[in-house]
Amino acid sequence: MRGEQIEERSLTYAQALNEALREEMQRDARVILLGEDIGVWGGGGVFGVTKGLLEEFGAERVRDTPISEAGFTGAGLGAALAGLRPVVEFMYVDFSMLAMDQICNQAAKIRWMLGGDVSVPLVIRAQQGAGRGNGPQHSQSLEAWYAHTPGLKVVMPSTPYDAKGLLKTAIRDDNPVVFLEHKLLYGTRGPVPKEDYTIPFGQAAIVRQGRHVTCVALSYQVHKALEAADVLAEEGIELEIIDPRTLVPYDRETVARSIMKTGRLLVTHQAPERAGFAAEVVMCALEDAFDYFDAPPLRVCGKNVPIPYSLTLEAAAIPQTEDLVRAAKRLVEGVPLGGRRS
Amino acid sequence: MTRVVRQPPAQPLARTRARLEGTTLVELTGLSRDRLLGMYQRMALIRQFEEQAAALYRAGRIRGVTHTYQGQEAVAVGATWCLTEEDYITSTHRGHAHVLAKGADEKRCMAELMGRATGYCRGRGGSMHIADLSRGILGANGIVGGGMGIAVGSALASDLLKNGRVTVCFFGDGALNQGILHEVSNLAAIWRLPCVFLCENNFYGMSGPVDNMLALGPDGFKGRAQAFGLPAVECDGMDVIDVFLGVREGVERARAGEGPTYVFTHTYRFLGHHVGDPLTYRDKEEPELWRRLDPIPNFGRLLVEQGLASTQDLADWDQEASVRIAEAVRYAESSPEPSRDTLLEGLFG
Repeated sequence: MRGEQIEERSLTYAQALNEALREEMQRDARVILLGEDIGVWGGGGVFGVTKGLLEEFGAERVRDTPISEAGFTGAGLGAALAGLRPVVEFMYVDFSMLAMDQICNQAAKIRWMLGGDVSVPLVIRAQQGAGRGNGPQHSQSLEAWYAHTPGLKVVMPSTPYDAKGLLKTAIRDDNPVVFLEHKLLYGTRGPVPKEDYTIPFGQAAIVRQGRHVTCVALSYQVHKALEAADVLAEEGIELEIIDPRTLVPYDRETVARSIMKTGRLLVTHQAPERAGFAAEVVMCALEDAFDYFDAPPLRVCGKNVPIPYSLTLEAAAIPQTEDLVRAAKRLVEGVPLGGRRS
Repeated sequence: MTRVVRQPPAQPLARTRARLEGTTLVELTGLSRDRLLGMYQRMALIRQFEEQAAALYRAGRIRGVTHTYQGQEAVAVGATWCLTEEDYITSTHRGHAHVLAKGADEKRCMAELMGRATGYCRGRGGSMHIADLSRGILGANGIVGGGMGIAVGSALASDLLKNGRVTVCFFGDGALNQGILHEVSNLAAIWRLPCVFLCENNFYGMSGPVDNMLALGPDGFKGRAQAFGLPAVECDGMDVIDVFLGVREGVERARAGEGPTYVFTHTYRFLGHHVGDPLTYRDKEEPELWRRLDPIPNFGRLLVEQGLASTQDLADWDQEASVRIAEAVRYAESSPEPSRDTLLEGLFG
């Protein structure tokens, strides 16, 4: 994973999230955690993100909830309105659909709907994504749903460094933040400073510089893009990889500036291609840098099907490194107008 | 279609009158004369507000839909009279009365109904979204059952912050069939949160009558609470004192750290689901039967009998209420529409 060679201290993505939670809970007694199996299970949740927090902060602030997604999300919202700063966890983002009214009708709207002066310091953490054989109801990527709902900020960290800094920013934010972690990233390692730091929302990271193709990659796909970039480099094609890190707010300027240099755009995420966030990335780029495009933009995204269980089928449903390599080559070698059909 | 005519209790304020044998209203309730008179005055204000809201809606001066509360005033006032300004309520799509009873300013409420910049939500929410966090009003809600999660959350915050505040969660009979009520009842029960689940059974969820829509066991409404091991009180929702005493039990239990209580009130909406409801689903005779139980004049008579007010006082307070609401309408109508430039303001802060 990126950055390993310069490590001063290396943590996993799960440890980085854990550290952010711990430090913010130490810093502010109003921060509480609500979620299923975040306390006693395995010493800190299915992925260990809340490890040790129950012991350190007690069962009042680290609340194992019943399996009641709508109920505990609503409780998080009400507690946020009444003076706490709750962090609500969905074990799988798929379960957040049970709380859709609470997230989209209630939490997202309440500040604006009540005139704009109400603080809603609520973080909704969820684990999402495919690649682990969890099947159709435990593998989705729902960032586009939340990005489509006015009033929610949407965050998708791809590295341990970003995970810690962005989660701290989310907890200190006075708005509802949907914080989407990828299940395949929890065990990945990278440098994470010991000191307190935050990462502002709305600032993309240029993960790798290159001259030929701009590749906007979300979450786990950043790592696929890095793999593709290595392969392409051997053929003299340079990918410039941009990780938006937050979808709302979205840093369209960094992407536009990159296209002004490369003239080509490739967007990749695991979520299904149709009406996915890639469409938003492409449209923003066309609005901002149309004259600089040398080829029609391409998406390399999930197929428009549920995520299958079988290893073979799952791999076919989500974008792979080879797909990115192939797409980048097409962009460089020229894509006929009309492009591909899917 | 068969329509059941729901018979109201035989006598207005029957339960309160039974309790009053050998005592006075002041002694029975522990409320001062002013607080008791305030119940009448606030119910009268709410009635006037709703009558005016309905008239303005019919005149095309209020947009969307308006759900009014005429007939149910005893519930909003009886319940909020148990609360301090710091206590919380969550409300419903039929919420004007709840927020007015909790102390919201009628001018800003009316301005909100008329979509004006001076309204509680700057004209963004309308009838179904009035809130005033400075008075513990966490908002009416456009979704049936939508405020229940918030209610349990504010109760959780009060519990952790140890600020002694209680949350009253208003909801209707229709919301008894929403899944989230099951979830939050369980949460509130296992965590012993300081909240009161206050059901206003007005017998119809839009057109759906409770007889056809609500499965109940041998213990009736209370059985829903018993399923969670929670105490339940049943009240005459046309009787402000009965509601007050019932909700107070729950509030006292919450303040003592003994967890949530369910209060079921049986009441009646004199008008339909909203202004302009075709009322094809209920018998014309039914509202007339219930109007005999009208919580306002019946309570007024009781105050007179108790020597707490004169009939002239009642007439004066009715007049005062209509003057205040007329003033609220003038305030709303003379307030500006929100400027187009403000549309995107405050989405995030």
